[in-house]
Amino acid sequence: MFENLSDKLELVFKKLRGQGVMTEDNIKDALREVRLVLLEADVNFKVVKEFVEKVRVRAVGTQVLQSLSPGQQVVKIVHDELVSLMGGDEDNSLDLAAKPPVAIMMVGLQGAGKTTSCGKLARHLKSQRRNPLLVPADVYRPAAIEQLQTLGRQLGIETYASKSDQDPVVICRDAVKYAELNGFDTVILDTAGRHQIDDFLMSELVRIRDEIDPREILFVADAMTGQEAVNVASGFNERLAISGVVLTKLDGDAKGGAALSIKAVCGKPVKFVGLGEKLDALEVFHADRLVSRILGMGDVLTLVEKA
Amino acid sequence: ARTHEGLVARIDTLLLGKKQIDADTLEELEEILITADIGVQTTVELIRTLEAKLGRNELQDGAALKKALQEEIGARLQRYSAPLDVTVAKPFVIMVIGVNGVGKTTTIGKLANRYVAEGKKVLLAAGDTFRAAAAEQLEEWGKRAGVDVIRHQAGADPSAVVFDGCKAAVARGCEVLIVDTAGRLHTKVNLMEEMKKIRRVMGREISGAPHETLLVLDAATGQNAMSQARLFKEAAEVSGVVLTKLDGTAKGGIVVAVSNEFQLPVRFIGIGEQAEDLRPFEPSQFVAALFD
Ligand SMILES: Nc1nc2c(ncn2[C@@H]2O[C@H](COP(=O)(O)OP(=O)(O)OP(=O)(O)O)[C@@H](O)[C@H]2O)c(=O)[nH]1
Ligand SMILES: Nc1nc2c(ncn2[C@@H]2O[C@H](COP(=O)(O)OP(=O)(O)OP(=O)(O)O)[C@@H](O)[C@H]2O)c(=O)[nH]1
Ligand SMILES: [Mg+2]
Ligand SMILES: [Mg+2]
Repeated sequence: MFENLSDKLELVFKKLRGQGVMTEDNIKDALREVRLVLLEADVNFKVVKEFVEKVRVRAVGTQVLQSLSPGQQVVKIVHDELVSLMGGDEDNSLDLAAKPPVAIMMVGLQGAGKTTSCGKLARHLKSQRRNPLLVPADVYRPAAIEQLQTLGRQLGIETYASKSDQDPVVICRDAVKYAELNGFDTVILDTAGRHQIDDFLMSELVRIRDEIDPREILFVADAMTGQEAVNVASGFNERLAISGVVLTKLDGDAKGGAALSIKAVCGKPVKFVGLGEKLDALEVFHADRLVSRILGMGDVLTLVEKA
Repeated sequence: ARTHEGLVARIDTLLLGKKQIDADTLEELEEILITADIGVQTTVELIRTLEAKLGRNELQDGAALKKALQEEIGARLQRYSAPLDVTVAKPFVIMVIGVNGVGKTTTIGKLANRYVAEGKKVLLAAGDTFRAAAAEQLEEWGKRAGVDVIRHQAGADPSAVVFDGCKAAVARGCEVLIVDTAGRLHTKVNLMEEMKKIRRVMGREISGAPHETLLVLDAATGQNAMSQARLFKEAAEVSGVVLTKLDGTAKGGIVVAVSNEFQLPVRFIGIGEQAEDLRPFEPSQFVAALFD
């Protein structure tokens, strides 16, 4: 019935009207609602716990303003804290400041959207007048190479000719050499999907990284991921030291709370979001938009901002 | 370092030093269940049941509570549990649906392998004409299982592929026809309509088809799986669930809620990327793994 946090908090605070300050006691119920909203948005429970504590500390003792209802005030605190947890307006642009060919490596779980994101990124870079080479280094999944080749064809961007009986490390090394000789300034490495606990496949990624020294290692995460996002992302980060995150499939109704968990445990910025299957469905990440989505509100916040 | 804490470990911590289970403990338990991706509604329901038992003095200690919880979850999965019987029609048509990247095409490869091993004549139809190299992927799975794949050019009408698949399955006397579909988010109205059209075409060609509509869910998916199940069921009369990627660290707790709230049996689980990595769903084993 009460769709977003703001509505829920209004209800909680109905009894608080007329009271001057927020106290431990009178915001307890509000914080419970905050916790539930975050859990339902798939934010990891540990992250939620720490976050709610932070909000509690900030809220207690706060003067209830004339212009805002207590509910709106808590929403604003929650919103601001979440945006700051998500990195606020920190620099989340792609770092390509290296001697060309600059390598970008895409990693993540099976089916997260790596190959599609390679295509999207190549298109994005081409529009910025770079000259990318797509490199299929997934030799396991049936037709993975053909998939990237097809995307390359659709984009008019060359795809390195790898074969599924080659070693992915060799493919990447040779592709970088090929790029160097043929005037490509960026190589985008598509790797096979894998679980973070798959030691054989994880060490393959480490070997690729050590061989190529990519400027960016982007962890591709599905926006529909649940509580496991923390384990998966920290697993990849510990082995590879990722440089950023691509959050895919945000065109549905998933809240995308996993992104908060990932940011909280890895500290790496989300750089892009995927908003569809088509190759132009890639956008630069905005922390405030994700936060509004998680809280289930857009308009309410602008209202708060105006007040 | 493994940051993952099992459900049991957390329950144990919760009950450490407590002789009696009190209301606070139950409240904490609620959070544990929610964060195992079990889903809010099912969690509340489970807690209510435990509270009732508590009120009747049936839960004396941590072990009793754990046991009761396992039984309650198990019972919910058992309630709708049923194996998939493909002998009730010929050809028996299985339509495989779900959001992007969950493992539909791979599951079809595994199913084909399974039914071939049982001596059945199987045919596959490449109803995903949209995603890059989707048909090539299915063809490779067909080759591995030794079954034919009906396909058209990329960008063709999926209903036309399915129409040809149905005709071929009947003409060749196949026992099982498995139809792959493009991944689609459940919120995309036009894509859901396209899926309904595919179903209508099947139904016209083969009486009662599709006989089984399998919704594929990824074990790593959180609360969104509820929305997926709701909207796919509304649009396509889902009759069973396949839970994939259980070989990772994700436990797939959300199927407890999905099965329970949408009265759906989980038919199979996927435990790897190879043809043999498919198992019939076993509620008790699943619950035991959930509590690992
Ligand atoms: N709706 C939607 N679908 C997406 C998005 N990104 C990728 N997909 C789809 O998700 C599915 C999986 O994408 P892939 O790019 O093949 O994923 P992957 O990570 O390369 O998969 P593996 O190589 O098998 O591990 C495909 O159906 C894509 O079209 C997105 O932002 N939105
Ligand atoms: N580890 C593991 N990987 C799986 C399992 N099932 C599927 N996969 C992998 O998940 C990825 C996506 O599988 P697909 O079968 O292409 O998924 P899909 O649902 O057909 O994807 P779209 O058609 O793009 O929507 C591939 O890399 C598969 O190898 C499983 O049970 N375990
Ligand atoms: Mg791929
Ligand atoms: Mg597929």
